[in-house]
Amino acid sequence: MKTGNPRLSRRAAAEHAPAAAARAAAVPHRATPASPSVIEFRGVEKRYDVGAIGLDQATFSIGRGEWAFLVGSTGSGKSTIMRLLIKELEPTAGSIHVAGRDLSEITHKRVPFYRRNIGVVFQDFKLLPNRTVHDNVAYALQVTGGTRKEIRAKVPDILRLTGLSTKLHNYPDQLSGGEQQRVAIARAFVNHPPLLLADEPTGNLDPETSIGIMQLLYRINRAGTTVLVATHDNSMVDKMRRRVIELSQGRIVRDEATGLYVRDESTREFAVRMRDGLPETSPTVEHS
Amino acid sequence: MRLGFSTREATRALRRNAAPSFAALATILLTMLVIGVFIPIVQATTGAANDVRKRVLVDVYLTRDAKQSDVARVRAQLLETSNVKRVEFVSKQEAYQQQRQKDPEAFALLGANPLPDTFRVTPENPDDVLKIASALAPEAAGGGTTPIDRSIDEVRTRRDDTTKILQVTRFVKLMAGTLAALLIAASVFLIANTIRLSLYARRREVEVMKLVGATDWFIRWPFVIEGIIVGALGTLLAILLLAVGKIAIIDPLASDFSLISAPETMSFGVLIAVMMVAGIAISAVGSGLSLRRFLRV
Repeated sequence: MKTGNPRLSRRAAAEHAPAAAARAAAVPHRATPASPSVIEFRGVEKRYDVGAIGLDQATFSIGRGEWAFLVGSTGSGKSTIMRLLIKELEPTAGSIHVAGRDLSEITHKRVPFYRRNIGVVFQDFKLLPNRTVHDNVAYALQVTGGTRKEIRAKVPDILRLTGLSTKLHNYPDQLSGGEQQRVAIARAFVNHPPLLLADEPTGNLDPETSIGIMQLLYRINRAGTTVLVATHDNSMVDKMRRRVIELSQGRIVRDEATGLYVRDESTREFAVRMRDGLPETSPTVEHS
Repeated sequence: MRLGFSTREATRALRRNAAPSFAALATILLTMLVIGVFIPIVQATTGAANDVRKRVLVDVYLTRDAKQSDVARVRAQLLETSNVKRVEFVSKQEAYQQQRQKDPEAFALLGANPLPDTFRVTPENPDDVLKIASALAPEAAGGGTTPIDRSIDEVRTRRDDTTKILQVTRFVKLMAGTLAALLIAASVFLIANTIRLSLYARRREVEVMKLVGATDWFIRWPFVIEGIIVGALGTLLAILLLAVGKIAIIDPLASDFSLISAPETMSFGVLIAVMMVAGIAISAVGSGLSLRRFLRV
């Protein structure tokens, strides 16, 4: 597909030319190149008050239904991008469009309504400690004015999808890390947002649990949601073979798809492939 | 629907955060108790001070040969003087009788009545006493004073007594006012601080709510309602304690001490209403305002 090329060449100019050209040639195809972009960063710059650079001239776009990784060491700007996307921060320069909307045009008052279109998942889960699993997920619906009927219909559904049906009435501190992250994902996805952001979703989890979480995110992605995952788990990124945007000190130094995309892979195949190479392969617990 | 949701959220928060809620309740209970005791005390004190100030008068003595027409003329002049509130005439006979009652033996020895006709002038404001005196008897060029009417013999303010009374009562009122202001300021800070502490413990919760896309007021209402509930409960308990104290201690003593039953003290019912409104308003507004800091995400 040719449509991806202008973006690529523009990006290539920003990095070391020969290496980038070689890599650009190596990219076989993108997941959904022709689709309109859900996220569009144009020359975005973020400087913090103390003078630190959060993001420097970041330009990239992510298409609808695409899956992309943000990688880089701590302080490279991954979280800055996430926080810019949920409009927790304002860019110093440049423009950010999400689903065609310019974020700078969203007034402070409208921010909550904007955020309802984005699911967010964090490394530290960010669950409400005083609420049960069910109520945590239901809160996301109550915020949008969801009726009890809606809550009764949707919450058990999403909890079944995330494999938490038996933990409905547990409080977050009674759950394992993996289960808590599943609750967070359920809450992020219960409104079926078109975009899901995950900031180090597996940062606190062991490899086996991480795969389960990734499998869940993959399932959500396959349902048509654009997923952007920030991580520094390189082995995970390598195995997933998805688009990778690498940041270093606020600059985008790499933007490519690693290896071949496996486009129509079922969740189960995905899980098997991901577990391949783990020291001990346990049978798949989940069914897609 | 929204109100129901907010109320349910508020009661849930109260149950789940029992310790901080109890701390806030206790704070409001104590401050309201102190305020409830202090308001009547301040009022009784200023009431007593005002009573004393009312006794500040200007005495206008007429000459001994003043006739009925002179009396009428002087009365008219007194009434025209600015700052005068009331003019009371005490004839020599009345004065004589009053004094004789106080000290019958001395007056029996005197035989004739030595007292002049007198006007007692009550000022509009006790602080204006000296102004009235100098208006009635302007200072003459060579020192001393010259009354404005030839029938006035002398204008007396009991200057020393007057200034002393005015100073003391002014001081008492000022002290009471300052103490009341300090106390109210302290209560507001204490309550605000308690609320802020319990909110601080829940700032993560607020952060998460914002991330999920809750509007500021959606987050704020439960907190405000929580404040209303805590404020109402705390004030109610304080009022109960006050009522017990009033019935058990103050009422039996009231007949013996005029200060307690001072006329200008507000009635218990009004006091209760004021406390209730203040308690609820402070904690509700306090919750809503303190939350602002954490809503800036």
